[in-house]
Amino acid sequence: MLGASLLLAFREIRRHLLRSFLTVLGIVIGVAAVITMVTVGNGVTASVRNQISALGANTLMVIPNQQGRAAGSAPVRPFLIADVDAIREQVGGVKAISGQAQASVSAVHNGVKWTTTVSGTSDAGMDVQNLALTSGRRFTDGEESAGNAVCIVGATVRKNLFATEDPVGQQLRLNSISCSVIGVLKERGQGGGGNDQDDVVLMPLRAAQRQLIGNQNIYLIVIGVDPAYDNATVGADVERLLRERRHLGPDQDSDIRLIDVKQITDTVSSTIGVMTSLVAAIASISLVVGGIGIVNIMLVSVTERTREIGIRLAIGALAGEVRLQFLTEAVVLCSMGGAIGIALAFVLSFFLTQLMKVDFAMDPLVVVGSLGFASVLGVVFGYVPAQRAAALNPIEALRHE
Amino acid sequence: MAETIISLRHVTKRFGEGAAAFQALRGVDLDVARGDFVAVMGPSGSGKSTTMNILGCLDVPTSGEFLFKGVHVENLDRDQRSLIRRRYLGFVFQGFNLLARTTALENVELPLLYRGEDRNTRRKLGMAALDKVGLADWAGHTSSELSGGQQQRVAIARAIVTHPDVLLADEPTGNLDSERSVEIMELLTDLNRTSGITVLMVTHEIEMARYAHTIIRFKDGLVDRA
Repeated sequence: MLGASLLLAFREIRRHLLRSFLTVLGIVIGVAAVITMVTVGNGVTASVRNQISALGANTLMVIPNQQGRAAGSAPVRPFLIADVDAIREQVGGVKAISGQAQASVSAVHNGVKWTTTVSGTSDAGMDVQNLALTSGRRFTDGEESAGNAVCIVGATVRKNLFATEDPVGQQLRLNSISCSVIGVLKERGQGGGGNDQDDVVLMPLRAAQRQLIGNQNIYLIVIGVDPAYDNATVGADVERLLRERRHLGPDQDSDIRLIDVKQITDTVSSTIGVMTSLVAAIASISLVVGGIGIVNIMLVSVTERTREIGIRLAIGALAGEVRLQFLTEAVVLCSMGGAIGIALAFVLSFFLTQLMKVDFAMDPLVVVGSLGFASVLGVVFGYVPAQRAAALNPIEALRHE
Repeated sequence: MAETIISLRHVTKRFGEGAAAFQALRGVDLDVARGDFVAVMGPSGSGKSTTMNILGCLDVPTSGEFLFKGVHVENLDRDQRSLIRRRYLGFVFQGFNLLARTTALENVELPLLYRGEDRNTRRKLGMAALDKVGLADWAGHTSSELSGGQQQRVAIARAIVTHPDVLLADEPTGNLDSERSVEIMELLTDLNRTSGITVLMVTHEIEMARYAHTIIRFKDGLVDRA
């Protein structure tokens, strides 16, 4: 009986190809919109997640801050190298730690000048921040403690000052000092704020402080947390220790800021997730509108086919069979619309994700869900017309012009 | 005398309620023997169509009894009456009533589809029925590609494809010219004689009624015995 209904449904759809297509257009667009939105949204989430975790997923960043809400009233108190050492020695779960200080410099090589940022860091700091090299080597302990003028250049600096030449072993002038290039950083691309992460020159912290910055101040501490430890716990320990070292009483506002990269990743991901759901929800309205289009056409179709229904009833179709026929037709239409919508979504998502340079990965759950939802819509929106067709009086239906 | 296949006992039918009520049948008594060819005649409003609807199990009497093969149809529900139509009855209408944009064969196969016959059986029986009405070569043509006479013959093929006991024909020649009408009547006569199908036919034309063995006339909601 279901086989016969399916056969009748396919025949009817084939007989009215244009009408069938227009009927399901709403479903096609609805399904395509929902899947495309979710796929693109997931792609953006994945890309953002990757970008942020490039900073190092288990990373804490500590920066000195204005105390309390009295912004601008007092100068920011920087950290010192002793603070970094104290954290390394006294807080559990710190796998690697590095203080950092930055300065803007003009770098010159072979008469070409380029304004860039010098970042004083250490081998441990490079570990925490996942900084890899394409050539050369990293700082040695000796270089770090002696404050030797050695540097590692970012890809942008290399491109602008060294062109095709290998920078390793060359001399680079930074303001008034000269340093030897020992390595080149792997390209990292744009950072979260749109700044170029490759436009940088790394030096041992001590060298940068002494020779370029002229003070011992540290404005950023990066901490790599042992994965066995909880970021929040380690962060709290760090904050407690620093408050103590900065002589802050328990009732005083903190003057440091702690940034947990993992937490940022989670927050951003969940924000994008919410946005994706929201857009998908809006897109699914078009599915409902498409479903209403189906009711509309099916109702017209029942009226138009009243005589046909009369014939079917006269030759012995049961009311239930007529109902099943119309219901099957609606479900088949909706499912076909869903299938076309999925195909369309595949193409659309593919091109959109390529355009936005994010990952393309269709969630099978969303695909199956949309198809199922479209079929359910067929049942829901096909029921009223089907019921109306089944309830027709055969005598009157046959008389219908 | 052959067995009685259809029997109406004091059947009345009233449409509407109260002042607007219309008494279509006022107590019809009627017996049809198996294998008979009955012409039903009478002016409009005489109750012949109402009677045919009841005999076709499309409608139920307001009162009285309708026995079909000994079964009290007046007590059956809608689906049970559908099953009687499906198993024992065939319908031919004045307006042919074929499905549009559907081939002759698909039209003829339709009752078999509701009977749950498989594809091969449908095809075999459908082609046999079309062959019987002389349209085997037209199986693949849609309704709009057939002439009126051909459409009516397809309709007859659809009505007999299930080998029904009774064929109910409502003015089967009403939309046809006299030449085609004669063809249709000869076909019905042949089916009645060779296949033993009981034929009940409503007609206005006495020339067509002459093909029948029995003529029943209706007048004012009653069988006119005169």
